[in-house]
Amino acid sequence: MIKALKNPADLAKLKVSLLAERDPKRICISVCGGTGCRASESALLIEAMESEVAKQGLKGKVDVKATGCHGFCEHGPVVVVTPKEIFYERVKPSDAAEIVGETVIKNNILDRLLYADLMSGDKILSEGEIPFYKKQRRRILAQNRLIDPTRIGDYIALEGYGALVKALTQMTPEAVIEEVKKSGLRGRGGAGFPTGFKWEFCRRAKGDDKHIICNGDEGDPGAYMDRSVLEGNPHSVIEGMMIGAYAIGARRGFVYVRTEYPLAVGNLRIALDQARQRGILGKNILGSKFSFDIEIERGAGAFVCGEETGLIASVEGRKGEPRQRPPFPTSKGLWGKPTNINNVETWANIPLIVNRGASWYSKIGTEGSKGTKIFSLVGKVNNTGLVEVPMGATLREIVYDIGGGIKGGGDFKAIQTGGPSGGCIPRHLLDLPIDYESLSKAGSIMGSGGMIVMDDATCMVDVSKYFLNFLRDESCGRCLSCREGTARLYEIVERISEGKGSEGDLDLIEELAHVVKDASLCGLGQTAPNPVLSTLRYFRREYEAHIKDKRCPAGVCKALIQYVIDAEKCIGCLICLKQCPVQAVTGEIKKPHKIDSDKCIRCGVCVDVCKPKAVFVV
Amino acid sequence: MKKSTAKRNGTGEPRLDKIFKSYKGRAREMISILQDIQDEYGFLPEEALKKTAVFLDVPLPDIFGVATFYRMFRLGRPGKHTITACIGTACHVRGVTRVVEEIGRTLGIEPGQTTPDGEYSLDTVNCLGCCAIGPVVVMDGQYHGQVTSQSARKLVKAQPNVKEVVKS
Ligand SMILES: Cc1cc2nc3c(=O)[nH]c(=O)nc-3n(C[C@H](O)[C@H](O)[C@H](O)COP(=O)(O)O)c2cc1C
Ligand code: FES
Repeated sequence: MIKALKNPADLAKLKVSLLAERDPKRICISVCGGTGCRASESALLIEAMESEVAKQGLKGKVDVKATGCHGFCEHGPVVVVTPKEIFYERVKPSDAAEIVGETVIKNNILDRLLYADLMSGDKILSEGEIPFYKKQRRRILAQNRLIDPTRIGDYIALEGYGALVKALTQMTPEAVIEEVKKSGLRGRGGAGFPTGFKWEFCRRAKGDDKHIICNGDEGDPGAYMDRSVLEGNPHSVIEGMMIGAYAIGARRGFVYVRTEYPLAVGNLRIALDQARQRGILGKNILGSKFSFDIEIERGAGAFVCGEETGLIASVEGRKGEPRQRPPFPTSKGLWGKPTNINNVETWANIPLIVNRGASWYSKIGTEGSKGTKIFSLVGKVNNTGLVEVPMGATLREIVYDIGGGIKGGGDFKAIQTGGPSGGCIPRHLLDLPIDYESLSKAGSIMGSGGMIVMDDATCMVDVSKYFLNFLRDESCGRCLSCREGTARLYEIVERISEGKGSEGDLDLIEELAHVVKDASLCGLGQTAPNPVLSTLRYFRREYEAHIKDKRCPAGVCKALIQYVIDAEKCIGCLICLKQCPVQAVTGEIKKPHKIDSDKCIRCGVCVDVCKPKAVFVV
Repeated sequence: MKKSTAKRNGTGEPRLDKIFKSYKGRAREMISILQDIQDEYGFLPEEALKKTAVFLDVPLPDIFGVATFYRMFRLGRPGKHTITACIGTACHVRGVTRVVEEIGRTLGIEPGQTTPDGEYSLDTVNCLGCCAIGPVVVMDGQYHGQVTSQSARKLVKAQPNVKEVVKS
């Protein structure tokens, strides 16, 4: 039977006893159990590790821990053997026996599982020495690799809920708000609204029945920071929400999580149950007068529900259609009551600010944006994964120093930030220090932190078509300008991608885009033209090549390309001929093949199957 | 049937009764109930929606409105197996379009459709949060990362009861 903690002293005692049980010299095999590594069979690996530990007689002597996401997903499953911090990548269940037998028992390093430096090829032993991690400044993500998210004790042992105790016992609600204001923390969900001020509005709003919401809808496709935080360190979000509830005077909290994140929902549910059992959530928390509890609401796959008023409608059980603001949720939100909404990462920053103080917190960052930001670095970059850096880091540092440059040796073309509300930033702005202001000046936005790297094989007309398709699909359809505007914009860009564009189309896009921006009710419509406008601003020539020359320079838009076989490279192996779904390839064995362009449907299968890479695009 | 009688006597469908039991019958519970129904049946059968309308005491069109607004709900019966490809931005720039086309050709269906024998459905989703290992395809709950058109075809063909589509 788990004992509920009756007061802060109980929590302190629990922490001491948890730490006493831990021998820092004891070997622990941490296996990443995040969604990314699970996709690479880490669940089987964890089982294999546990059974090897037992089989080799180490049960009770060596720990196996399934942690949250380390953020280096492409190299997963990731294993760290502590205390030596040996880092193994791409570990398979079949490697478990050797890791236990060699590394754990005999102290031998398995060279083949070490990370190799991209440039020198040198093997690197520990996580901290890998450039991907070394150049980051991990504050929010720091604990993910140390914690089993399904065990509240792991969080408590690392000072967990210490900030809550500090707030409850040493600070008035006003003092908490003051500290958050002073920290300079701005919302990580997109618009960057100063968090402390939002809390103050909500605290001052009339009425006793107030709510807080954690926005875990993470609708930006390509971004997964919130997933990793919720999944890997759910208690940090819960603690942040509790401090917020105390400061604002809220009794009920809700976490709105996308349904596409089953593991985050599961881990959060376990964390909430454990916090309740421990008396950390519920009535008279830790013996204080403060009572608070949190419910989970699963999203149902609508992008617009990430918008705060849409989200509120969805929690109320209705269609997630946004409404006009003001009134803002802080005065009239969930069920008409004052409601404070913050993003997952925003909440996870709160315990740090309360624990370490606003002046410590605001030491890093830029003039207008303090602290760190987690980015989801994905696309055509060597090291994809989660990157936490101080505000003000440059794109070059992120893409090259941390990301290791462009994958496959192509050239950097653009980086997309801010998701469907954001834009593409071109090469000449690589040295831009990123914060809320600089990104919006560059025609994009911070958004929630997605960063999709694009190389010269990415067509910007296609990217813009992609986002417009997404937006016309996700527009809730309530306002005409957004519904019709995104549909018309899509049609124009689609026409251009098919080589049917005409000279006036680009002006038409700009005109229409401004109407959609100005006339739409919610943020979705107001920002919907950003992807097309930013690509037009920086890559106008590429649009013109599609319109005037009927050419797609990146070789993507099907109507404007042809596949050709290089007769010198072709070895006549018949593979593409057999795989072509429309029999467009002709030829004989050991003789160069040919593609009949009239028959060819541009599916690209021949490119994918050709070993000597003889198929190219013109 | 009145709401009160429905609550007392059950709906005549034990699987639904089990779901309704954990709810109070308030309109705000609609989305959660629909999610539970979909988890149970794999889609939203019309009969179940009618009974939900009675249980929550809301007009049936309201329920249809919600069910069609959210992307996750499906009104038609899916195949025995589902294949879901992520078409999020990260997967898109890494070439998931070709992967989806190839899976579609292998099964002889388009995204959103089910094979005529009712075995396979092909769906797309906007992001699964594994963007770093994209393109990502999920087959019956099993995630596959860094999929190419060729590896996708092999994966699909290795599934049970996949009928070879005759080349056109
Ligand atoms: C179309 C649209 C989608 C949004 N999606 C998200 C989202 O997925 N996650 C999020 O935290 N905020 C999202 N937002 C921003 C929210 O409306 C809101 O500003 C945010 O949750 C506030 O939290 P913050 O102040 O901590 O950033 C979205 C906004 C718009 C207009
Ligand atoms: S974009 Fe495909 S998993 Fe995120």
